[in-house]
Amino acid sequence: MTKPAVLTGEHFMTGDEAAAEGALAAGCRFFAGYPITPATEVAERIAERMPQVGGTFIQMEDEIAAMAAVVGASCAGVKSMTATSGPGFSLMMENLGLAVCTETPCVLVNVQRAGPSTGLPTQGAQGDMMQARWGSHGHYDLIALAPASPQECFHLTIEAFNLSETYRVPVLVMTDEIIGHLSERVVIPPAKAIKTVSRPRAKGRKDRFLPYKPGPRGVAPMAAAGEGYRIHVTGLTHDERGYPVMTVEAQAEMMDRIMGKIRNNREDIIRTEAYRLDDADFVLVSYGVSARTSLAAVDEARELGIRAGLLRLVTPWPFPEEKIRALAGRVKGFVTVEINLGQMHLEVERCAGGRAPAYLVGHPGGTIIPPESVVDMLKRISGRT
Amino acid sequence: MRPLQVPEEEYLRRGHVGCAGCGAVIAMRFALKALGPDTVVVIPACCWGVIAGAYPQSSLDVPILHAAFATAGATASGVRAALDMRGEPDTTVMAWAGDGGTFDIGLQSLSGAVERDEDILYVCYDNEAYMNTGVQRSSSTPYGTRTTTTPREGWKRTRKKNIMETLAAHRIAYAATASIAYPEDMIRKFRKARDLKGHARFLHVFASCPTGWGVPSELTVKLARLAVRTNVFPLYEVENGVSYTLNTEGDLPVRAYLSPQGRFRHLSPEDIQDIQRMVDEDWRLLRAKAQGPPQRARLMA
Repeated sequence: MTKPAVLTGEHFMTGDEAAAEGALAAGCRFFAGYPITPATEVAERIAERMPQVGGTFIQMEDEIAAMAAVVGASCAGVKSMTATSGPGFSLMMENLGLAVCTETPCVLVNVQRAGPSTGLPTQGAQGDMMQARWGSHGHYDLIALAPASPQECFHLTIEAFNLSETYRVPVLVMTDEIIGHLSERVVIPPAKAIKTVSRPRAKGRKDRFLPYKPGPRGVAPMAAAGEGYRIHVTGLTHDERGYPVMTVEAQAEMMDRIMGKIRNNREDIIRTEAYRLDDADFVLVSYGVSARTSLAAVDEARELGIRAGLLRLVTPWPFPEEKIRALAGRVKGFVTVEINLGQMHLEVERCAGGRAPAYLVGHPGGTIIPPESVVDMLKRISGRT
Repeated sequence: MRPLQVPEEEYLRRGHVGCAGCGAVIAMRFALKALGPDTVVVIPACCWGVIAGAYPQSSLDVPILHAAFATAGATASGVRAALDMRGEPDTTVMAWAGDGGTFDIGLQSLSGAVERDEDILYVCYDNEAYMNTGVQRSSSTPYGTRTTTTPREGWKRTRKKNIMETLAAHRIAYAATASIAYPEDMIRKFRKARDLKGHARFLHVFASCPTGWGVPSELTVKLARLAVRTNVFPLYEVENGVSYTLNTEGDLPVRAYLSPQGRFRHLSPEDIQDIQRMVDEDWRLLRAKAQGPPQRARLMA
């Protein structure tokens, strides 16, 4: 029973289902998962769809195994993904770090729920944003995207694969229970209208291949296991040959490579959206479902005569430091809107650097932030109450 | 008909939030009747993580410690150590996990605890899939089953992991299977396990799931009984990993057990024959280990 990988047409589907379809459209053909609310529906959709497109779905024995299998499959040359939520995200952290260190492309969808621990499994939050940035041990850079609708779960999962393959870095799709379980119209374009990117491939003499010698953009071409190139993939500190080298110099060189390829390409990677920002006195900074709350708040505040605007973080990581710094010189304040008690807010505050005050409309988790909360904050800081 | 010899005391109260006909609730009810109030229950993520109830509906009269999914054996080990240090060595520490938390994500935690011979009672109530998240396959899901992650023609074509043999290979002091359809046998085994102090003990309890198996809720106990009577889930005990005692011998073909269940509805007669062959093979192996016919306990079939 073969079906197309790209289900061109109009659909009414959830964010979880759209993320699964986005993965297939991006060329993902391996998914390893483990049941967890509210991300299970991604695996269920994939379990049904992968056999139709010649791909493989494996339900693993836990999330450690799920992330490990994804790293393994990607090293062997297949675009790979997993999806999880809070507790599973925690269990995936060690192998996420392995993927960073070995520069193995892969996509991890985190349908966030309220934590810590088991928290509110069936209710949304955005409390894993700092874990997304720093959850695995050691210092590193990666990329995270935050869809705000089922439609974006489709498109940004494709984008996640394209960025992951371009930069040989794990990419996180940081959605949440609200978007994951929300059903909306999702338009899937024709396959040929979807741009997909595959990792830079190894070329040249197989006996002289250096698997970690940076190419264009600082990204090394990648050989899959079994293609004939001699490769040695390790989470130990390694040199261009891929072999472990236990020296301070090798560590510095490797860190420069895995961080430099992200830091030196920030302009290509970072995506933001601006809404009524040009003349704004007060800038809402938000992402994911909270950016939708913020859109409504901007319009309501404008009707009250408060010049508000929105800077939406499509890529919370890397954080658009330059944009915040530039705005800080001319606006009267920032308001970060997020379903946690201040995570991206810390970044906004850091980059505002005291040149503009940074406020937080946060929430401990379990529901969306109502626009009124944001408007109330704008009224207070603009002196309109 | 002789009345059931089951203790009157109840430690499972009204207000649990299990589905109608939940076999796992029946299992806990009998388990606590057997163990009594001097029991601490450790529950990892599983149906019972929800069933125990939200305030003010907490449904157990004993202390409950909810643990991370992968860690029932390890968390129970810590509870045991602290109770011993505090001079409470007689309290039973019972890890109570589903099949996902036992066969899959919790297996290394269980294995570690058993190898250390922790003084704990580990109970797996087995409903043969991840029911709490909406029926995804586990490694306890039997051959032939449709779940949401083994859908349509992708129904599960690998066998159920034999967790009892896994435990026997650890040379665990006591391991036994039990069924909610045979409460006296189950209570006897829980008491035997409780009284075997100082060692790791394991009980594998068959807990049917009308919601996940696609059967009416009134068939919960009947299906559990049919699982025993078809040798799909034989009742037996293993001491020190080598001394096997069979409690039952089936007298019905597997079709009697499979046919009422929605999760098996797609199976062809040939598929059912395959399952019959597997069940027969497992039974022969078990029988050979027991070196003789079942020693019938006081069972009511």
